[in-house]
This record gives sequence, structure tokens and C-alpha cells, in this order.
Amino acid sequence: MTRATPAPRVFLDAAGHAPVHPQARAVLLEAVDQGWADPRRLHAEGRRARMLLDGARESIAAHLGSRPAELRFAGSHVTALHTAVRGVTRGRHRLGRDVVASAVERAALLHAARFTTTDGDAPGTTALIPVDRTGRVAVDQFVARLGAGGVALAALQHANGEVGTLQPVPEVHAAARQAGVPLLVDAGSSVGHVPVSDAWDLLAADAGDWGAPVGLGLLAVRPRVRWAPDWPEDDDPWFPGGVSVPAALAAAAALDLARSDLSVEDAHRRALVSRIRTEVPIRVPDVQVMGPDDARLPHVVTFSCLYVDGEALVTELDRAGFAVGSGSACTSSALEPSHVLAAMGALTHGNIRITVPRGTEAAQVERFLEVLPAAVATVRSALGVEGL
Amino acid sequence: MPVIMLARAAASLPGGSLVTVITTDPAARLDVPAWARMRGHAVVDDRPAPSRPDEVRITVRLSGNG
Repeated sequence: MTRATPAPRVFLDAAGHAPVHPQARAVLLEAVDQGWADPRRLHAEGRRARMLLDGARESIAAHLGSRPAELRFAGSHVTALHTAVRGVTRGRHRLGRDVVASAVERAALLHAARFTTTDGDAPGTTALIPVDRTGRVAVDQFVARLGAGGVALAALQHANGEVGTLQPVPEVHAAARQAGVPLLVDAGSSVGHVPVSDAWDLLAADAGDWGAPVGLGLLAVRPRVRWAPDWPEDDDPWFPGGVSVPAALAAAAALDLARSDLSVEDAHRRALVSRIRTEVPIRVPDVQVMGPDDARLPHVVTFSCLYVDGEALVTELDRAGFAVGSGSACTSSALEPSHVLAAMGALTHGNIRITVPRGTEAAQVERFLEVLPAAVATVRSALGVEGL
Repeated sequence: MPVIMLARAAASLPGGSLVTVITTDPAARLDVPAWARMRGHAVVDDRPAPSRPDEVRITVRLSGNG
């Protein structure tokens, strides 16, 4: 008797939740045994946890180009971004009330900016700087807004996690320094994938994105940045309650691993993404592939299919064995389509976002390219849009 | 999807025709111009009626001479 074996799953939605590296998993379990105690206690068990936590901090800080004392652990990437925006806008409220950010920052950062600038007796504004069709921010407009004064905080992502576009961070950081405004760089989609420069005043990163177990965000803050908490005081003034020591150790191990094969994985995944960018428009009619050909993350690619319901396409691909993301309305638990696609003037429906985890095989991508045209055709046929 | 209804309407009209989409779907504000670019049509107006600010109201001139 024979039985058809189902095709193995192919996971292409690694943004913020990459598959956990087996060695990082092993470190996590070991750290639960060794570092379970409260690192703030003075006894031997607490001191051991403290030592492990300090080691993880030193290791991650070295990769981020920060000093260990500058690096704080947060419970999540979202918490790190919220806290950075809240702390700096409060600390600098006598110097400025406004937040300047690219229109394609992560939603958590934009929500925090709107929250702080509309709060209180003397609210400011959140100024969104537009991007071009590839998702790159308009540097001249960013610089002009910084020069206009009244700015508490500027924010520019290192790379866009939905489209892959690298942003001109060094140029904007130079202008921010000249204006005396701290720049928050969201490197949540890039750390562990491409090198990060030291052009930042605050740097946020996401351990789950580089193959660590989820539940750890990072925020590095230069000592020159003025800030003040708008939350109760604690031994850890930035992130009250401290952090899971095992999570920090696993994140350090996973980042070591990611950095050790960074250039190999860069070339490998860049080739896979390039193949998708070339083949999808050939194999599927009426498709827009987004983002620049160069100056991009190696592992992120996004495209939109005309006359296709994004939710239906994600479901159809899932049925065929492929996990992918989408920025279309209703697929990202939002009623509105992705603000990133909107800011780029791109087609927002029928959107598929692929984030290639490290170790993905070329054959898996080839299978995806074989399955995609039929999946799109099925969804289009259900809508009766052939020939339009 | 409004853009599909628009494409259906456009399929039966001569080039140069003006077609107006009126919808409450916020995605149409982005998708109709993107569709027009892909198909070579021109967006000639994109303003909601003053009394209906939540509405999307976009007029497209179809390509070709008809």
C-alpha cells in the first residue's frame, strides 16, 4: 500500500520570527539550567545569572557597535521602539515637541510618535517624510525638516522590513547631529543580515529576526542622548522589571551564528531573491515587484498581483505548502492596507511579502516559483477577472 | 474590489472615456492610480465630495482614441 506523502512545508515569512537556530535553542535550554536566578540578587545563584547576562550584553554590544553600558534589553522590539520614542520626547520636551520620521517606519514607531506628540498640554506633530517609488526616503526633505527646528526626535529605519530598501542613514544622521537632534535607527529588519554602521544615537534591534527565540528586543542609547522616563522608576530605568537571562543568552548565541556566516548567507539569499524578482513577472501576468534592485536587504522581496485578493492568495499558497506574508488589507490583521506600500504609491492588493530564512534551499524557491502561477490563476478565476 | 469593477466598466468603453469610481474602500485611493499606471490610463481627478470626506472618488481617462 502506498500513501502520498505531503510536500514538506516551506517557510518564507521569517520577518521578526525566523526559525530558531538549533544551537540557539540548545543555549536557551542550557541557560534555563544555569541562569534561572534573579541577576539582581547578591547570592551565588544570582551572581551567576548576572555574569551570564553581562556576557550576553558584551557579545551583542560588540556586534551592534555599541558599548555594553549603552545596551538595554527589552521584552520585545515593539517595547524597545515605544520606550525610545517616549523617553526621548519626554526628556527633550523643552527643546522640541515634534517627531520627524520617514513615512515607511514600522507601525509601532509611528504609533508611539503619534501617541507622544498628541499627548499633554503642549502637543507637537509627527512629520512624515515621503519616500520615492522604491521606498527610499527623500533626504533633502528630511534634512529641511530637521533644520526647521522644534524637533525632539528623528527616526529613520536602517532598512525597510516590508520591501527591503536600505535607507540613507549616514546622510540623515549627519544632518541630525548638525541640528542637535538625536536619531533613532530601527535596525529590526537588518541586524544579523547586513552590517550596521555606527551612524545612530539610539539603535533598536529585534532578536527574533536573527533566529533567536522571540521575546527579546534591544535598545542601544548613546550617553549624550537626553531622556526621561514617563513611567515609574525601577532598577532597570529603561525597561522596568529586567529581562529573561536565558532569552538574552540565546539571542547572543544566535547573533554570533548569524554573523559567522553573514557573507555566505548574504550571497546565497541575494541570489534567491534576485531569482524571485526576475521570474515572478515573467511567470505571472500583471505583477508589480517592489523595491530597488540594489541597495536592499538580501532576504526580503515583495510583489503585488493585480486583481488578486491578498488574503485568498496567502491561503492558497498555504494550502500548497508555502508560508508567506502580505501587506494587503485584511491579511495583516489591519483593515487598511500597508502604509509602506501606500507611501510608495504601489499596488496594495494581492500583495505577497517573502522573507527568506537563512538556510533556505534553491530547490524550495524553485518549487515556490512553480506553484505561484497556478495559485494566482486560481484566485483570479474565482473573481472572474481573466482578460481584464 | 473597486479596481475590478472599474476594469470591467473600462473593458466595454471606448478609449478617451471618463470613468469615476466612488467607494468607501480606502485601498482604492492607492490601487486605482496604480492600476491606471499599469494599464496606461490617466487619473484626471482624485477628490472626495466636500460633503463625503470618507469617500474615495477618482476619475480616470481611458487610454486610446476609441
